[in-house]
Amino acid sequence: MNISTQTTDSEPLVEIRDLYFSRGANTIFKGLSLDIRRGQITGFMGPSGTGKTTLLKLIGGQLFPAQGTVFVEGQNVHALGRAPLFELRKRMGMLFQSGALLTDINVFENVAFPLREHTKLPEQIIRDLVLIKLEAVGLRGARKLMPSQLSGGMARRVALARAIVLDPMMIMYDEPFTGLDPITKGTIVTLIKQLNASLGLTSILVSHDVEETMSIADYIYVISEGEIVESGTPSSLRQSSSEWVQQFLNGYPDGPAPFHYPANEYIDDLLMGR
Amino acid sequence: MDWLQNLGRNGLLLFEGLGRAAIFFVYMVRGLGTALLRFRLTLREIYSVGVLSLVIIVVSGLFVGMVLGLQGYVNFAKFNAEESLGIFVALSLVRELGPVVTGLLYAGRAGSALTAEIGLMKTTEQLAAMEMMAVDPMHRVIAPRFLAGIISMPFLAAIFSAVGVLGGYFVGVGLLGVDEGSYWSQMQASVDFNEDIVNGVIKSAVFGVACNWIALYEGYDAIPTAEGVSRATTKTVVRSALAVLGLDFILTALMFGDI
Repeated sequence: MNISTQTTDSEPLVEIRDLYFSRGANTIFKGLSLDIRRGQITGFMGPSGTGKTTLLKLIGGQLFPAQGTVFVEGQNVHALGRAPLFELRKRMGMLFQSGALLTDINVFENVAFPLREHTKLPEQIIRDLVLIKLEAVGLRGARKLMPSQLSGGMARRVALARAIVLDPMMIMYDEPFTGLDPITKGTIVTLIKQLNASLGLTSILVSHDVEETMSIADYIYVISEGEIVESGTPSSLRQSSSEWVQQFLNGYPDGPAPFHYPANEYIDDLLMGR
Repeated sequence: MDWLQNLGRNGLLLFEGLGRAAIFFVYMVRGLGTALLRFRLTLREIYSVGVLSLVIIVVSGLFVGMVLGLQGYVNFAKFNAEESLGIFVALSLVRELGPVVTGLLYAGRAGSALTAEIGLMKTTEQLAAMEMMAVDPMHRVIAPRFLAGIISMPFLAAIFSAVGVLGGYFVGVGLLGVDEGSYWSQMQASVDFNEDIVNGVIKSAVFGVACNWIALYEGYDAIPTAEGVSRATTKTVVRSALAVLGLDFILTALMFGDI
């Protein structure tokens, strides 16, 4: 690897080339190619079921593509052996939609988990590091609670503290705004923005919440049916000439994405019962 | 021709499942190093599958022993052979009932809990989260539970047999008046350490491997929905019970069948 440490903002951290992936008979990606730039917040938007979460799992090496490559920091993720892949993953944080906290240990131990697994730091330093990260998400006072005692938003913030405890280079957010009340949603939006700036992270944000994503992303890809429909900065997306993108951004019930699930003619269907 | 198609499909699915279970076993065994090195993880699991199963094992052992004492006495008395009650109770328990009933109870008490726990960890993405934190769930979650199960099972079976012998004693000697000296001395004279005790321990160890393998595999392979986990739990209990009974026949034939 010959990547200098003096990186510019425009250098890609993740490069996806000609990616094909299918689940059963269902093709999810057909020839996806894109770059995710270092230091930026890159958003992926699209309707439910377009494989946004699948994309994160492909980047993290949890799923294998049928064809095509994913490079993270110049390394082909799917050509790595288990040990180098795990080394790479230590520098990738991922925030699952549910938080995915370990339910049998408390908040403090959840955040300490990656440190205890991967480092031999003394207890005092682990304690300090965990408290620093919990303070960053505003939950230092909740460290003795069990995951079952947390609200959805709190669980996600604890998971966020856990995702950054090893000081990763990038972090992937899977639907971080879904199912939260407006205040909590605002907190998460601010946290994602702040952490990206203060820790020098690269953030990948998968969401179908248009307003929240548009407000913090530096660059956005709109995905539908396995392809990139549109990409650009939030302001350029607003100007998009694509009817489909306009429908998605503004949430019109009908348009190029039909309101009706494919069916035969309504009148025929009604008459058939006779 | 439908039945032929079904047969083919089910056959293929069966072998695919067996193959996955075999690969799972290999990964699990590879993780045993970690489970031994970080024995504290294993200790915690020994508590939850072993210590917490004690109540059901002790109570069942007591009642099985008492029933053996009663049935044995009633039948031996016809031949004036009540003094042999000790041998009958001890051999039945040590050779067969101890390992087998413990295996069945273990599958219901601990195996189902293991499957549900692993299945729920999968459903709530905890296993995927571990993977993404560069922690191998096979080493961190599965292997310690497997090792704990293998360690616990022989102890549970031994406790079951010991309590059962006491149960037979209470009924035979205490209630029905079998001579106390004969009960113990005949037992001591006829139960052979290598032939009976060691074989019983081997049986329970084999059942331990089988029950835990099935329970952990079903949990890990569960479809990550509420329905999937409930189906996996049922499968664990049914398959473990069948495995224990089937393996028991094979082991008995090899150990005591003179073939």
